[in-house]
Amino acid sequence: MQLSRGARIFLRVGTGLTLAFIYLPLILIVLYAFNERRIQTWPIPGFTLEWFEKAIDNPGARDALWMSLKAATGATLLALLLGTLAAMAVARYRFFGRETISFLVILPIALPGIVTGMALNATFREVLEPVGISLGLFTVIVGHATFCIVVVYNNVVARLRRTGGSLEEASADLGAHTWQTFAFVTFPALRGALLAGALLAFALSFDEVIVTTFTAGPDQTLPIWILSNLSRPNQLPIVNVVAVFVILLSIIPVLIAQRLTGDTEGGVVPGAGGR
Amino acid sequence: MSDALASRPRLRLSLLLAGPVGWLVVAYLGSLAVLFVAAFWQLDPFTAEVVKDTSFDNFRTIAEGEVYKDIVLRTVGIAAAVTVTDVILAFPIAFYMAKVASPRLRSLLVVAVLMPLWSSYLVKVYAWRTILSEEGILNWALGPLGLSGPEYGTTAMWLVFSYLWLPFMVIPIYAGLERIPTSLLDASGDLGAGAGHTFRRVILPLSLPAVVAGSIFTFSLTLGDYITPSIVGAGKQFIGNVVYANVGVANNLPLAAAFATVPVVVMILYLLIARRLGAFEAM
Amino acid sequence: MKQHRFMAAVLALTAALALGAVGCGDDDDEESGGGSTQESTAQVQPPDDLKPLASLGKGEGEVNLIAWAGYVEDGSTDPKVDWVSGFEKETGCKVNVKTGNTSDEMVTLMRTGNYDGVSASGDATLRLIAGGDVAPVNTDLIENYADVFDSLKDKPHNSVDGQMFGVPHGRGANLLMWNKAKVKPDPDSWSVVWDENSPYKGKVTAYDSPIYIADAALYLKATQPDLGIENVYELDDKQFKAAVDLLKKQREIVGEYWSDYTKEQAAFNNGDTVVGTTWQVIANLIEADKKVKIGTTLPKEGSTGWSDTWMIASKAKNPNCMYMWMNHIISPQANAEVAEWFGEAPANRKSCALTAVKDHCKTFHAEDEAYFDQVAFWTTPTKNCGDDRGAVCKDYSEWVQAWTEVKG
Repeated sequence: MQLSRGARIFLRVGTGLTLAFIYLPLILIVLYAFNERRIQTWPIPGFTLEWFEKAIDNPGARDALWMSLKAATGATLLALLLGTLAAMAVARYRFFGRETISFLVILPIALPGIVTGMALNATFREVLEPVGISLGLFTVIVGHATFCIVVVYNNVVARLRRTGGSLEEASADLGAHTWQTFAFVTFPALRGALLAGALLAFALSFDEVIVTTFTAGPDQTLPIWILSNLSRPNQLPIVNVVAVFVILLSIIPVLIAQRLTGDTEGGVVPGAGGR
Repeated sequence: MSDALASRPRLRLSLLLAGPVGWLVVAYLGSLAVLFVAAFWQLDPFTAEVVKDTSFDNFRTIAEGEVYKDIVLRTVGIAAAVTVTDVILAFPIAFYMAKVASPRLRSLLVVAVLMPLWSSYLVKVYAWRTILSEEGILNWALGPLGLSGPEYGTTAMWLVFSYLWLPFMVIPIYAGLERIPTSLLDASGDLGAGAGHTFRRVILPLSLPAVVAGSIFTFSLTLGDYITPSIVGAGKQFIGNVVYANVGVANNLPLAAAFATVPVVVMILYLLIARRLGAFEAM
Repeated sequence: MKQHRFMAAVLALTAALALGAVGCGDDDDEESGGGSTQESTAQVQPPDDLKPLASLGKGEGEVNLIAWAGYVEDGSTDPKVDWVSGFEKETGCKVNVKTGNTSDEMVTLMRTGNYDGVSASGDATLRLIAGGDVAPVNTDLIENYADVFDSLKDKPHNSVDGQMFGVPHGRGANLLMWNKAKVKPDPDSWSVVWDENSPYKGKVTAYDSPIYIADAALYLKATQPDLGIENVYELDDKQFKAAVDLLKKQREIVGEYWSDYTKEQAAFNNGDTVVGTTWQVIANLIEADKKVKIGTTLPKEGSTGWSDTWMIASKAKNPNCMYMWMNHIISPQANAEVAEWFGEAPANRKSCALTAVKDHCKTFHAEDEAYFDQVAFWTTPTKNCGDDRGAVCKDYSEWVQAWTEVKG
């Protein structure tokens, strides 16, 4: 598009500044992971790989990382399921209360985490504990899925609205069963939206701490482990190491997703793509 | 069974909705309702048991206490400031990504903006605590210029929150700007409008739903947070801190629930306005 | 219109569910027995149906503890500081510990029922006993109990009618700490943190808990004797107001409040704080960091402090391991190590001979009862003043609300 030179320079500088703002603290985190001292001061006195060794040996960190991966996967799958169901209902059918579903679905993420956390904690203790299910991985997954539904829902609804239901009707007219229509017509069209939703849901669940504090049992997810270790004198550098490790690990799924959806409409970003 | 489903759209609809609506309405809304009913009860201070005598005492305490008003104003004020700041920071990069960057660069920038979401919130806030400390990097950089960075407190919280939620604002605005046909912007230029004019008259109104959609995240995430204030807030409390202090620490669930109604009411109003402005379609 | 009806239906449904849940709701409040009214004595009455463990069985394989930071060290803070690994090997009870930063947090955590025991200070013990969250302790099952200082046994904060509700861990005082390079001369009075015109404005710190109101009362006890403050935890209206006003004035000079001890450590190391209240263990950690030089003292007005008790949860899932832990932590060697690491007086009189620093017990006045008379141990404020003023004092919930006002 046509832009004046001034506008172009302004945009380049703005982009650069924003990126610098975003990445400077992250660069610091990486630097502090190599910090010689256990206290985080400036300037950094020296560098060492000591904390990397300690982090690898640390069973608490490994267990917490594993627990977080399990919880995030479970929450993402559950959110994919519930979000897609709700989105299909809203995009393809007319019924009263349709508008309200969008509102309902966004509530868990819009209301303060502590409110969601307290409410879910009360429910789990009153309802599930008498039945024998105590706070643990299951309740964490359910808690996370509750606020992750909205990111899947929004993506899928936007996608369904754009494709329209005519393809599905045609498929049914040609004799396909409900499941066949879903598997061969609807699902392929939704792939991009589902992937975008899944990525965002996974990220939300993986890094969530407030609701998790209220819904987790004795086992720690990674954010809970980090929170408890930030208040132990020697652990801050190890926490930085773990954070660096997670950042590096996360490049993979984000790159893959961008690669996979780059040429199809939609991309990783919900609702974008196409002119 | 597939045939049964094919001929009964209502049944299909019910099956689709049963799961999500069932969970959200029954479990989530239900537990919220129970929580807020607790706001009408009292805490026996010594045994720390909840006594079910219904009254408005907790609400009265909050309405009359000067400190609670200050805390609400501070929380809402900073949430608004953070939202505005993030919109300002997000627009240039979002526009660059949507309209100016080549497809390869665009992919890279999307990845670059999304990456920080994967680094731990807590580690980022602690990094900021170190940056803003008396002998931290900010003061070290500004010192030679005769300036000094903000101390812990309100400014620090605004800075850190703006940092944390920026990706949540960039992505919706990017998506919204992408939807604006470039031809529209070129036409505006052809008709004689400068960049600023085009921005105010064409871009901003068309991307408003996206901006509001992004603001839902920045506003609500700031409104409910209590961890960042406890790390860089220097004792200045947010609504979340008081709620947490009463439920998580002093175990005064009734007072905590009463105070928690404030951000809930604020957010519901915000969501209703946002829906009116079309934000729900732009998310 | 149809939307409104749907919304109305949703609201009606949730309201119905809420009322239903409420109706079926908690039976918890029936357990607390006669705990609420304290007309005659300042003591509490625990529920009747709690019995101490009759005999010690085999270890269950793990024990879940809530403890003050520094009380349960397994070598991860400092490889030489470890009294947990040996216990785990000997008894087979794996120790899982959750750090509580304040007594309030510990009470709340205990009430979740997920833990077997807690190292409770006096401002938590009474609440736990009254709430039925902890069980009486059969001290015959704990070998090392016999060697505990008599002055720590059967105290109002850890026993009811002669029945112990825990084993004493140790006791100590909160100290004043300052950055030697920035604060001169070395202070000997708390006035340095209460002075409105302090030269250290913005760099003062204080403990982030409502119980800190007692520290204000302590200062007023020395500087405004006409307020008549005797017991800093039993404050009537006038005294309480004076203490809260003093705290609000202090707010102007406070930079940060701390409850998480590494936060204070970082604040001193980074120059964000130069003077304030502390625990000895934090001072020791800062010394070990070798970045700033600090000094500590017990100021002339006296101080608040703690006398901690290990208590066992009434619904403990691992009671045998908990009893083994209680026995271990008050054993002479372990108690000596934790007392030295944390910087407090041990509970076991045999520990004094085993400390690495020979006169640790002397420095911490382990056998000096007159000294501890000067220390106002944390305890839960109750309505009943315990003297001839009657029941006009401020109870803890009012302290909590006042603390919210102080912090602002």
